[in-house]
Parts: sequence; structure tokens; C-alpha cells
Amino acid sequence: MKHQIRLNVNGAYYDLLVDPRKTLLEVIRNDIGLIGTKMGCNCGECGACTVIMDGRAVNACLILAVQANDKKILTIEGLASGGKLDPLQEAFIDYGALQCGYCTPGMIMSAKALLYKKSSPDRGEIQESIAGNLCRCTGYISVIEAIEAVIKAEKRP
Amino acid sequence: MNQFKGKAKILAGGTDLLVQMKRGKIAPEYLINIKNISDLDRIEYDVNRGLTIGSLALIADLQESYTIRDRFPILHGALSQLGTQQVRNIATIGGNLCNASPAAETAPALIALGASAKIVGHGGEKVVKLEDFFVEPGKTVLKIGQILIEIQIPNVSPDCKGIYLKHALRRKLETAIVGVAVSLSTDFEYGPVKEANIVLGAAAPIPKRALKAEQLAKGKKIDQHLLNEIASVASEESSPITDVRATAEYRREMVKVLVKRAFTELIKI
Ligand SMILES: Cc1cc2nc3c(=O)[nH]c(=O)nc-3n(C[C@H](O)[C@H](O)[C@H](O)COP(=O)(O)OP(=O)(O)OC[C@H]3O[C@@H](n4cnc5c(N)ncnc54)[C@H](O)[C@@H]3O)c2cc1C
Ligand code: FES
Ligand code: FES
Repeated sequence: MKHQIRLNVNGAYYDLLVDPRKTLLEVIRNDIGLIGTKMGCNCGECGACTVIMDGRAVNACLILAVQANDKKILTIEGLASGGKLDPLQEAFIDYGALQCGYCTPGMIMSAKALLYKKSSPDRGEIQESIAGNLCRCTGYISVIEAIEAVIKAEKRP
Repeated sequence: MNQFKGKAKILAGGTDLLVQMKRGKIAPEYLINIKNISDLDRIEYDVNRGLTIGSLALIADLQESYTIRDRFPILHGALSQLGTQQVRNIATIGGNLCNASPAAETAPALIALGASAKIVGHGGEKVVKLEDFFVEPGKTVLKIGQILIEIQIPNVSPDCKGIYLKHALRRKLETAIVGVAVSLSTDFEYGPVKEANIVLGAAAPIPKRALKAEQLAKGKKIDQHLLNEIASVASEESSPITDVRATAEYRREMVKVLVKRAFTELIKI
């Protein structure tokens, strides 16, 4: 039996008939066609699938699409607006915080959720927020520096 | 729920359930979403009754509560070490307990705090001590048709201090190799221990109090010699297994180390 759900993804509404066993990640990628959100481990460990649901970073691979019914989802595609990248995206480029880029959407969504919660988190809080995002090429230092640069820039009047 | 005759599973956050289903460990025919039961995510503090936590309260919400951080630091410590931010944002405290992993992060801290579990189903409700809630790995006292609805934690007396220590190689991403919760009450820093609770996680089939070690500590002024003995007895009371993450011998040794470390963090020895 399929279920009718409504998702708000990046401000657009999607009415979907989904198999109750499908995860939010599968629906975002396959049914909606937004493939910026990545699938790595598919079991909560790597963070590649991180999206923001109702303001918080979550693993889309650990949530059934039916559980996300009526929720507000933000994916990496929803960050840029009016042809302008999000400051976090800019900073990741400036600081060389990516190599293959597979972990990057997840990293950025985790950082974005942190900045929703706190305007000037310290280094410990930054590390904590991306502890669930594994990167196998870049390492974490440049990622942390990129996030810190955004915080610093936003503090400037 | 009875109508599904054991083919159904309750779905809370799903962080344990979905992983188990993906690995093919379980294949329930129905998932029952209890998110619609109102008030099940509440976090309430009352000076007389203590802390009441609905089973659907999110680990992240609990971790961010200053009331819990300030009044129940032992629980705050355990919550902060459970999984990643993304997991804490969906995982519930009820799910952590009902999944009944021997390593469930919140169990040792809650048992050390003297917490109880309120269970509803079969037309009634009852309250059991959390230390009597676990039966074996993956199994609690809950019967088909019963759910855990809340966790009740009595107020902590001002002279009581507690700490939860977790040993894991990748602290955020791994369940504990061993976890130890210790709470002690003393009149003053160097005074004798009036009450001691020592609870071991991942060191037995279920989260377990080290009762003999607690007795050894009670009423005594702790010195290095006595602390070694308490730690050894706690270790003897554990019955860990060998698995991919650690051997039983290693776990027993880590119980000793963590019990000692916990005491030294809490009181002057
Ligand atoms: C990447 C990752 C890291 C993790 N790290 C840790 C860690 O460090 N420490 C740790 O302890 N755990 C960890 N976990 C395990 C898990 O996240 C926690 O145990 C979590 O608290 C489970 O809650 P849930 O709401 O997701 O439970 P669910 O998966 O929804 O449920 C778990 C079980 O409990 C039952 N259940 C849930 N609620 C109730 C209820 N109210 N009444 C009766 N039965 C119920 C369900 O039927 C199911 O069998 C981790 C998981 C992942 C994926
Ligand atoms: S794909 Fe979801 S955490 Fe790895
Ligand atoms: S840039 Fe390749 S995994 Fe992080």
C-alpha cells in the first residue's frame, strides 16, 4: 500500500505517492530528482545524505519519506538564491574545503544548521556539528576554516 | 497493536529500527508511528517530583536543556556522547532504552539517577525501576501491546555528584566499548561516601549495577587502595562479551579504568 505525502523541499511542494519503506533520501534523489544530496553508507554513519528538516540537520537515509510528511526540507540545491551562492558555499571554494566533493553537500548542510542555531559558535561546536560528516580526501581543517570565515564575515558590521 | 500479533514494531526516531531493517536483521510487516500521541515528547521539571521525560523526547532537545545540564549532569554527559548531531536530531530517549542494546548510552546514567519507566498497555499502566526494565540484549520487560511512555527521574540531592564516562575509539560514531556511570554523595570533598551508584554499560548482557562495588564504597572514606578494590570488584561483577570491537578481557580491564577515573573526577582521593 502506497502513502500519499506532501514534502516542502527548498520551498516547493511535492505531492507524492510513496512506498512506506522508502527513505527520504531515495525520494529526494529518485522521485524528486535532486541529486545534490549524496548516498554513502546508507545507515547514518557518513553524513553524505545530510539535509535540514524543520531547521535541523538530519540523515535523510535514516528517515522514512512518510515520516517527513508535511515537513520543511532544505537541501544543498536550496542554498543559492538569485544566482548567488550561499556564503558557506563561497567559503568552501575559497578555502579549498573540497576535493572530490562527495561529502561537501552534507558538510555544508551540517554547518548551515549549526549557524541557524548559533550565530557565533566556537571551534569545538563547529567540530561537534560536523563530527557526523566523514571526508575521505580533504581532511577537516580547511572545512573548519571555511566555516569560521563565514562566521567572522557575518560578525563584521 | 495486539491485532498485528507480533508482526508490528513501534517506530520512534527509527535510527535503530531502520538500520536493523536495512541489514535484514528484522523485517516487521507493519510499523506503528507513535508520533501522533500528544505530549509524548515533553520534558518537565518540578522541584518536588523531579524530571519527567516523554519517551519521544529527542536526544538533541534533551542535550540542549540547561535544566538537565545543570541539575542532572550525569545524564547530560551521556546524551552529549550519543551519536552524531544528525542522529541526535531524530533519535528518541525511549528508542534508546527500548532497543535494549547492552551499550545503550542513556541507560547507565538513568539507572544511576534512580530513574523509573512508565509503561502503558493492556488496559493499564505501571511503573518499573529502570534497572529492572532490561531482560537480555534486545529485550525489555515490555510485552506486545505495551509501550514505554515516560521516564521519571527523582530529584538529586545537592550533595550528590555524578559522571558518565564512555570508552570508544570513535566517540561520536560508535556505541560504547564500555560505559560507566557513577554517582556519589558526600558531605564534603574529603568526606566519606554516603551513597554510591555504579552502573556499567556494554559490560554485561544488560546495563548493570555493580552492587558489590557500591557496597564497598558506601560509608567509607575513599583512598587509593580502597578505590583499586572497588574497581576490581566492579570488574568482577561485569560479564562482557568478545565482539568485533573489543575482547571480554579488554572490556573488563576498561571497567576498572573507568570506575577509577570516575571516582577521581568526582571526589578528592
Ligand atoms: C550513526 C549512528 C550512531 C549511533 N550512536 C549511538 C551511540 O553513540 N550510543 C547509543 O546508545 N546509540 C547510538 N545509536 C543508536 C540509536 O541512535 C539510539 O539507540 C536511539 O536513541 C534510538 O532511538 P530511536 O527513536 O531512533 O529508536 P527507534 O529506532 O525508533 O526504535 C528502537 C527500538 O525501540 C522500540 N521503541 C521505540 N520507542 C518505543 C516506545 N516508546 N515504547 C516501546 N518500544 C519502543 C522500537 O520498536 C525499536 O525496536 C546510533 C545510531 C546511529 C545510526
Ligand atoms: S548515507 Fe546517510 S549517513 Fe551515510
Ligand atoms: S572531499 Fe572527497 S570525501 Fe570529502
